[in-house]
Amino acid sequence: MNRASAPVVIDNTINDPTRQTTLVLGGETFTTITDKVCGIVERPQPPRAWYVAITFTGLLTLVLFAMLFHLITTGVGVWGVNSTVGWGWAIVNFVFWVGIGHAGTLISAILFLLRQRWRTSINRFAEAMTIFAVVCAGIFPAVHVGRIWVVHWLFPIPNYQGMWPQFRSPLLWDVFAVGTYATVSLLFWYTGMVPDLATLRDRATGRIRKLAYGFFAIGWRGSHRHWHRYEKAYLLLAGLATPLVLSVHSVVSFDFAVSQIPGWHTTIFPPYFVAGAVFSGFAMVGTCLVPARKFFGLENFITKHHLDNMNKIILATGSMVGYAYAMEFFIAWYGGNPNESFAFVNRAFGPYAWAYWIMVSCNVLSPQLFWFRKIRHSLTAMWIIYIFVNIGMWFERFVITVTSLSRDFLPSSWAYYQPTMIDILTFAGSFGLFFTLVLLFVRFLPMIAMAEVKTVIPTEHAEGGHGHPAGDYHGDINDPREGTH
Amino acid sequence: MTYDDRFHGLLVEFDDPVALEAACVQVRDAGYRDWDAHTPFPVHGMDAAMGIRGTRLPLIVLGGGLTGMTLALLMIWWMNAVDYPFIISGKPLFGWPAAVPVTFELTVLFSAFATFFGMWGLNGMPRLSHPLFSNERFRRATSDRFFIVIEKTDPKFDLARTKTFLEGLGGLAVDEVHDQAED
Repeated sequence: MNRASAPVVIDNTINDPTRQTTLVLGGETFTTITDKVCGIVERPQPPRAWYVAITFTGLLTLVLFAMLFHLITTGVGVWGVNSTVGWGWAIVNFVFWVGIGHAGTLISAILFLLRQRWRTSINRFAEAMTIFAVVCAGIFPAVHVGRIWVVHWLFPIPNYQGMWPQFRSPLLWDVFAVGTYATVSLLFWYTGMVPDLATLRDRATGRIRKLAYGFFAIGWRGSHRHWHRYEKAYLLLAGLATPLVLSVHSVVSFDFAVSQIPGWHTTIFPPYFVAGAVFSGFAMVGTCLVPARKFFGLENFITKHHLDNMNKIILATGSMVGYAYAMEFFIAWYGGNPNESFAFVNRAFGPYAWAYWIMVSCNVLSPQLFWFRKIRHSLTAMWIIYIFVNIGMWFERFVITVTSLSRDFLPSSWAYYQPTMIDILTFAGSFGLFFTLVLLFVRFLPMIAMAEVKTVIPTEHAEGGHGHPAGDYHGDINDPREGTH
Repeated sequence: MTYDDRFHGLLVEFDDPVALEAACVQVRDAGYRDWDAHTPFPVHGMDAAMGIRGTRLPLIVLGGGLTGMTLALLMIWWMNAVDYPFIISGKPLFGWPAAVPVTFELTVLFSAFATFFGMWGLNGMPRLSHPLFSNERFRRATSDRFFIVIEKTDPKFDLARTKTFLEGLGGLAVDEVHDQAED
């Protein structure tokens, strides 16, 4: 398999449904895949830009910790929440970050079950982002309880009061949903990474690297008897993660939907939240992937075809979100409940109309540009749209949370909510934490799933002619060598 | 020919997954038992070529899932309806619809743990040392080379004859594996 890497120029963005698209360009072989992906984490010094970036994000992370310290030592009064709007940015940020995580699981589990082989190039990166996003998300509900020193009351742990959590509350369901999600995502990510960690172990030269990668590779040596069980486990984990990820944002939406606040109490919430989560998650994956691909020279692995597919998913889920916005309005009118109608008219034309229209223009209008092939293939255009989607999806959670609370049933209790500087800096700090983790990830761990990518590259010697992958791709039941000539 | 305690077995190296698969069929048909193929990625068709039968992992996972589901339902019922009953919003002390989300999550959680620990357990991992790691060639098993290893514990193993057999498989090289780990 030592093929000379001839610079073959292939346009893999042409959609021909009768052929499997080439997923890895540039004539990459098993050897060059290992060299390129490992090379990124093996160079003795990261590039200067990495240091600049991590200094900035590290400082932002310190801001986050400072704000959390201030909050815990002072109380939730440092936030802008008031007695009318009791859920402010903490919940908005929580839902925002959890939603971002969903793209990783969609790519790693759902696209896997659907045999979307193009996911192999981006799944590791997206799964890493899932974990980091859930870390950021977890901070907000933990600190918003006010008395964080009794946060363990959320869990069914025996205590001196003889009290147990209240399992009829969606807020408790959320604890279990997010906790399970974080745990399963971590297991899935780590399982997928073990063969690649073993590759790094076998190439490691320094003692620390040998020990660290050796420890986490847990003795993997590519035994096919191991691969056999590994593939089964991977399939099982994907099968478990698929309903799990759908359940997580459904349960998050129950926090709202099970209450009786107008604008929240609707049955459309679970599917609408899940679509929005995937939408925002793909935008965040794209936000990180487009620069990372360029910066680390991964254009042969993360091709225009991959980005094109991601943009189509953003278009599809963005349209679902737009449909949900319209349907919410329709039901508010058609349902004939005056409180519900008022909540929606107030959303679009009340004191928070500015936020509502930011949301609509970012989430409904901007992804529609992806109907145009030119825009789906323009790195600059897609990156700008990703940023708009990120902004829009944060505002969606803000609009849902705040507009309904600020104008509830009793006009005498109406109030306008404004964040304080502490709110703003805490949220900005969470981005610092997120990107710090992303930067550490690209420095120390393989950001492309090497073993998986090797299963989808065409090999010259493979039986049945030319250009078919030799890999099993997790016990693929549909042999790609059959019927795709 | 003789070998010492440190001797682990013989390996043959290939640079092509298709050649490996053909060689595996021959090793299988020669009746060896303690042997394995080592590849940087799961190679298509190897299960049949090696005669590997299904794993019992799915049963372990089913067991994990059922345990999680049962424990979750018992926990919710006992905590909210038996040990510390209190009425909130006029809801029943224990109603199965309200118990569904947590039960579902714990079913998934226990299944995932069963998958994770079950798979590594069946694979005999974690394992921090292995004789194969002493072989310099074998380092490429996780990158771009494909290996077949026949261990000395195999009842049909005979150093001279097995070596000749492996040399006839068309690989790049046949090598002896000696465990060089420090005791």
